[in-house]
Amino acid sequence: MAFLPNPKSRALLFDVTRCVGCQECAKACKASHEFPGTGEETELDATTYTVVLDKGEDRYLRRMCMHCADPSCVSACPVGAFTKTELGPVVYDADKCMGCRYCMIACPFNVPRYEWSKTIPVVRKCDGCFERQKEGQPTACTEACPAEATVGGTREEMLAEAKKRIAENPGTYHPVIYGENEVGGTNVFVLSPVPFEQLGMRTNLGNDPMPNLTWAALSKIPKIVAGGAVGLSAIYWITHRRDQVAAAEHAEKE
Amino acid sequence: MRLPKLLRPFEPLLTPMRPNERFRPGFWTYLFGVIVAAGAVVTVLRFWKGLGAVTNLSDKFPWGLWVGFDVLCGVALAAGGFTITAAVYVFNLKRFKPIVRPTVLTAFLGYTLVAVGLMYDLGKPWNIWHPMVMWNPRSPMFEVGWCVMLYLTVLALEFSGIVFEKLGWKKASAVQHAATVPLVIAGAIISTLHQSSLGSFYLITPGKLHPLWYTPLLPWMFYFSAIAAGLAMMIVESRLSSRAFGRGLEMPLLQSLAKGVVVALGFYATVRLADMARLGVLGEVFAGTREARFFQLEMAIGVILPIVLLSLPAVRRNTERLFRASLLVVAGLVVNRLNVSLTGFEGAQGGHYVPSVGEGIITLMLVGIGMAVFGLAVRYLPIMEKVEEPELVASTEPSPARALTAVPLRS
Repeated sequence: MAFLPNPKSRALLFDVTRCVGCQECAKACKASHEFPGTGEETELDATTYTVVLDKGEDRYLRRMCMHCADPSCVSACPVGAFTKTELGPVVYDADKCMGCRYCMIACPFNVPRYEWSKTIPVVRKCDGCFERQKEGQPTACTEACPAEATVGGTREEMLAEAKKRIAENPGTYHPVIYGENEVGGTNVFVLSPVPFEQLGMRTNLGNDPMPNLTWAALSKIPKIVAGGAVGLSAIYWITHRRDQVAAAEHAEKE
Repeated sequence: MRLPKLLRPFEPLLTPMRPNERFRPGFWTYLFGVIVAAGAVVTVLRFWKGLGAVTNLSDKFPWGLWVGFDVLCGVALAAGGFTITAAVYVFNLKRFKPIVRPTVLTAFLGYTLVAVGLMYDLGKPWNIWHPMVMWNPRSPMFEVGWCVMLYLTVLALEFSGIVFEKLGWKKASAVQHAATVPLVIAGAIISTLHQSSLGSFYLITPGKLHPLWYTPLLPWMFYFSAIAAGLAMMIVESRLSSRAFGRGLEMPLLQSLAKGVVVALGFYATVRLADMARLGVLGEVFAGTREARFFQLEMAIGVILPIVLLSLPAVRRNTERLFRASLLVVAGLVVNRLNVSLTGFEGAQGGHYVPSVGEGIITLMLVGIGMAVFGLAVRYLPIMEKVEEPELVASTEPSPARALTAVPLRS
């Protein structure tokens, strides 16, 4: 029961070759969510949904929620607090959340963050500017980017754009679009001049949605229940039948 | 002691099983008092200042001791509950009957404490009921939540027979007795599901969980290891309670259990190593990494050593040696669960997690409460030996003589 990427959903394309490391995206993200901080953080936290990381040699990498087509967090959450919207962003409903933090364990990109110091804590992660995108506006980070390093559009548009850039600039790009197939596809793509592991990105993810792995076990439940009920009842019948027979034979002898 | 009229039917519960036995507080009682006092302080801080104030949990290590030990080990070590009841009531292995009650009590307390531990660990514990109405069948956590709820109900019903017996409620006893076999079968199925599903949690973490522990067969590994350790736990617990309550040990029975542990461990070890060979990760065992050392520790004390020791009749026949060898199995299970939930993630997450003092205190407190309630239950309920009242008249006047009348076990 895998969920395929929706070509019409909203997606982002981040291009390492264009990023100048100005961190305007991170600052705009802070401003639009009214979060404290400078926008110059180097690690995601409960009030930092995206960071720009200096990878040396004038290369900068953005880190944010990848908005997977079939997200691990959505499948992991026991109460369905996460939703993959038709629009594209993966959103979270704090009212449903009971705070088990399995989403954080499950996420292959280590994105969800927790409010450890709060009495009533919730999970925090990039919401893909769901409210803005719903109104047809671009995400805050896209709007703020002066170098068009982050651009937005539909998933098929972004894929086409990425392919075009790779084709038109031979030798400029590592010829893979990160997110096209990883974990079954994401709504955030990354283009890089070097292989992605050189930027510290995970490249051992495979192209199957991670939720398939847990589903492979969970889908066996009906069989285990039915088999267990029938099997154990049969064993009960056999083992106790033996007693009955023994008792009857004993009675006959007397 | 006289209770208010409304509660008078419950008065028999207040009579100790051995009225002449005096409770004398000793070292462990005082230690328990200190731990509970410290636990109370941590509890206030936890719910007032949040998880960050008392735990070493972080965005890198969102699960720590409370999940790794209190939940994963708590559930696994209570696995005796479904194996022993199934052995007796389904497989008709009557010789295990004397330990059915302590096992059910252990499981009931174990799962209750898992639920209490979760109340500390969940960020918003007041929402713990949400999985009942907000369904997500694709989540292993959703399934475990439901199973634990259902199994706690099953255990409470299984346990109720003991209480009905003490109260002398003949009708309730009869109804409970009639329901025993269906309850046991339901309990075995539900346990199979959630013992394995605790392993399924980690199926979604390939590349994060170290290859020494990550396998598509994790649910099975959790299931088999829980059965072995659950049985070993029964030996450990029999030994502890025999010492604490001055009761005899059923050595022949414990020896049979020990043989069961060897078979279960042997099966687990075979499947585990064959699976590792299949996945081509056996080389990791000797890679000299931190993970490799923890894996070696887990396998040495929890699997290989106990298989060797418990295979020796000289170990099985000696109370003390049997106890220690079984304790190794329990310790090995604990190391395994902590390896899967913590050690195995340190490489990918970058850094180490060591539990805070507060996390340790709450865990100790929960274990202590479990032992204390076990002691109380043994004192006031017919747990350790089958005690029957000769005249089940509708009298609420408990008499010490009656409570003391022991009758032979029904076969």
